[in-house]
Amino acid sequence: MSPKALPYLLLLPATVFLLVFFVYPFAQIAILAFSSESGPTLRHVQTMASHWKFGSALGWTVLLAAVVVPIQLAVALSMASIVTKLKSGRNTVLYIFSIPLGLSDLAAGIVWLAIFEQSGFLNSMLVGLGVVERPILFLSYQNVWVIFLAVVLAEVWRATAIVMVILVSGMGLIPKEYYEAAEVFGASPWKRFLKVTLPMLRPSLQSALILRTLAAFEVFAVVVTLGGSTLPVLMGETFQWQFALQDRNVASAYALVILGISIAATLFFLRVLRVPKGATI
Amino acid sequence: MKKTFAVLGTAAIALTLSAHAVSAQVLFWSTQAAPIEETQKMREQVLAGFEGGVDFQPQEVGPFITRLEAELQAGSGSIGIVGALHGDLSTYADNWVDLSGVDLAGINVSPAFLELGKLGTDEQLYLPWMQANYVMAANKQALEYLPEGADINALTYDQLVAWAKTLAEETGSPKFGFPAGPQGLKHRFFQGFLLPSYAGSTVTKFASAEAEAGWTMFKDLWQYTNPASTNYAFMQEPLLTGDVWVAFDHIARLADAFNQQPENFVAFPAPAGPMGRGFMPVLAGIAVPKGAPDMDASLALVKYMMQPETQVATLLATSFYPVTDAPLPADLPESARAIGPAITAMTAAEDALPALLPVGLGDLGGQFNQVYTDTFERIILGGQPIPDVLEQQAATLRDLMVQANAPCWLPDAASEGPCPVD
Amino acid sequence: MTAITTETDVPRTVESARSAGKFLFIAAIVLICAWVLVPIYLLLVNTLSSPSEVSGFPKTGIPSFDFGSIQFFLSFAGVLKALWNSLLVAVLTMILSIGIGAPAGYALSRFEFPGKEIFRMLVIMTRAFPLPLLALPLAVFFIRTGLDDTALGLAIVHTVLAIPFAVLITFSLFSGIPIELEEAAWTLGCNRLQAFRKVVLPLVLPGIAASAVFAFTISWNEVFAAAVLTIENRTLPAFLVQSLNVSPLHLKFAGGAAMVIPALIFIFAVRKYLFAMWGIANR
Repeated sequence: MSPKALPYLLLLPATVFLLVFFVYPFAQIAILAFSSESGPTLRHVQTMASHWKFGSALGWTVLLAAVVVPIQLAVALSMASIVTKLKSGRNTVLYIFSIPLGLSDLAAGIVWLAIFEQSGFLNSMLVGLGVVERPILFLSYQNVWVIFLAVVLAEVWRATAIVMVILVSGMGLIPKEYYEAAEVFGASPWKRFLKVTLPMLRPSLQSALILRTLAAFEVFAVVVTLGGSTLPVLMGETFQWQFALQDRNVASAYALVILGISIAATLFFLRVLRVPKGATI
Repeated sequence: MKKTFAVLGTAAIALTLSAHAVSAQVLFWSTQAAPIEETQKMREQVLAGFEGGVDFQPQEVGPFITRLEAELQAGSGSIGIVGALHGDLSTYADNWVDLSGVDLAGINVSPAFLELGKLGTDEQLYLPWMQANYVMAANKQALEYLPEGADINALTYDQLVAWAKTLAEETGSPKFGFPAGPQGLKHRFFQGFLLPSYAGSTVTKFASAEAEAGWTMFKDLWQYTNPASTNYAFMQEPLLTGDVWVAFDHIARLADAFNQQPENFVAFPAPAGPMGRGFMPVLAGIAVPKGAPDMDASLALVKYMMQPETQVATLLATSFYPVTDAPLPADLPESARAIGPAITAMTAAEDALPALLPVGLGDLGGQFNQVYTDTFERIILGGQPIPDVLEQQAATLRDLMVQANAPCWLPDAASEGPCPVD
Repeated sequence: MTAITTETDVPRTVESARSAGKFLFIAAIVLICAWVLVPIYLLLVNTLSSPSEVSGFPKTGIPSFDFGSIQFFLSFAGVLKALWNSLLVAVLTMILSIGIGAPAGYALSRFEFPGKEIFRMLVIMTRAFPLPLLALPLAVFFIRTGLDDTALGLAIVHTVLAIPFAVLITFSLFSGIPIELEEAAWTLGCNRLQAFRKVVLPLVLPGIAASAVFAFTISWNEVFAAAVLTIENRTLPAFLVQSLNVSPLHLKFAGGAAMVIPALIFIFAVRKYLFAMWGIANR
């Protein structure tokens, strides 16, 4: 077997699988965004772009990702650093840190609703402590920023573990000798983190950021649970057009917008965190 | 670890291959009775008596539509019978079997509902299954704040606004609640209650000065409405928590409040406006897709659903009332006992103004509803000027009516050709 | 919380700087653990409370151990079968996504070849396109081919969701292993496959296990495709969760807990693999 063929051979199963089970149905859907009885059209894209909710749905989706993902990255880096530094109790701590892995977004939405709703846990606490006299209505359509904050908290709570696990497995691959060498030269822990951990972690950081950002663009269940229709997001509008309005063409156009911003974000991360072919010692 | 995976994999594949046994049960694909307790009751108390067995699967609208469409496109499938609202069923009118051959001897089905089930054709495309309505519910604490001279069973919208205002001022927080969440049934209120009561019309006078007066009243009312309303789907929950004292909703979405704390709540008719007491029924129907795997079993199940005992059992399971003249038992649950008289008071009121469900919209039903939801969101939540919004939304509505070529339905006067929007 | 107070009571010593650092470290651990655990605790509190307590105010935050809601779910006919189906589909998804994704991750990390970027974009796109829209053509395809209503069919759809994780994570793992290690094995007489098996695989196995865990949790929590593509062989979420949105509050919580608890048990069961992840650096 020629070595040139090897990478293609390794990619073959994944490619065939994705062609049959993703590209084929995807093409059927994507084409809907541009087709009508009378041939190709941009009508559906125009319908989408001129709908009064499109701009805010796009804006909120991007803003949510832009706020949630950096917070998650910071929290996940601290969690991963803690875990790798721990000497005793490491298993317990890592287990607790990874618990949210098993949570569905629906369950996360329910939990945070129980905290923030008018007769929820937060209000019970505030009233119990005498901070406020009567329950505060946090999740009202007038307080869109409070809803935004609640969604950010719920998303950080739910989906940081996945970033953490990717980073922990990446940190595990950094040879111990690097740290020892850095310590010999008197580098502080913070310096060691900046000069050794972060650069060596680039492949894992890249994967974690791409995966997390793409998921953030598809945020939906948590937003609907906490904010109803006050905080429109692209995925919610896609659902609305597909199932409530039963206009599959416009729904498909929305899905292509999600795809578009995802590809843009991916290209950005691929460029900023370029990974050399196989790390060199 | 590798070994564990291998063993698991082999076992999994063996199971996958053996699990494909054919079942004789009829698959009942439904958008109704989705709340999990209702599902359980449908299975155990309503459908258990059907010979051959029923697999009752209530779905959210997304999976419901996706599976149904997939089966229609593939030309075969597993769905034996579909249970859904009038609007959902009219979307797929071409795909239903004519049910006029089902033997309904000795059963009196409401003729108006039977007519709706024809979806504007000569065939009985669906049979009415069960009906419901919308009413108001109030915490008894709220009654002492009623405006002077107001009769709760003959309330007007102006009195409701005054009541909500007093409640908000006296208790310190807005206590009126409205199901304006994404899963809430708000559009039905505008179509069947607000506009008929104020303009005597749902479609034709959509943008009239009378309609504008209706929206102005609602905007007033909204000031005294709990702002969490934009999250509410089922008003029974905020009623039970005490976040809301007075609410409007579908009877099945209020039932739990009456069943859990019957002593704390009262049900009463929707208010009246200048044109009368507008109200709109809810009608769910059952239909059989042309590709049903076992047509005889499906038709037998349709017949079973129409029997008096089944209709009564369905009421107990779902809080939806029979569409036939099935006699009701004496030991009804608290919710039915409280809500039943309120419905009667509303439908039999002197100023009663029934609005019918949309006919002939086909798959544009969702966009029709969206016109009303968008109007609400723009006027009430967005604070946009009422005449401008009404004018723009009326244009959308006009396009929809022309596209569907749908003639007017009650309370709008009959029309030649598509229902006009003035 | 008590840990912190006892810690601050310790008198300051000459090593106060170091102990302050240690204190911060422990405080951070306690804080993050609380951040993760408190919402879970509140979910369990509401699950183990009676319906009137769930909707009551103010809430005590202490469960009354009312098992009514959770019992309702356990008594649901067919819940065990749905649990089994969920496990089956999730395990199949693990096997498929790793079996297909790991070779691709290795190829991406080790070779430069034309078409690499196209493949990478293809993988990203699967993650970036909403599944509920794909469900319709897939369901038509499955009904026609007989994959409809099988565990394998659903596992295939879940694999589409999990493959980006499998490919990207294995890619980053393989990238983290110096290629010189493999080259050294080649010079010592190993062929490519042997070098991979003896040198690379032991290093990345824990990480691969972690991405298998991802595949498992993705499949476990997926509702939409499961509701559309399974009828007789419903999975647990399709069976329980998808009608929760329209169910009374106390049942929402019990249903949420019913989904979370098996997932927690699973993560606990595989923690050995999850925890082996950083093992390499400390050998």
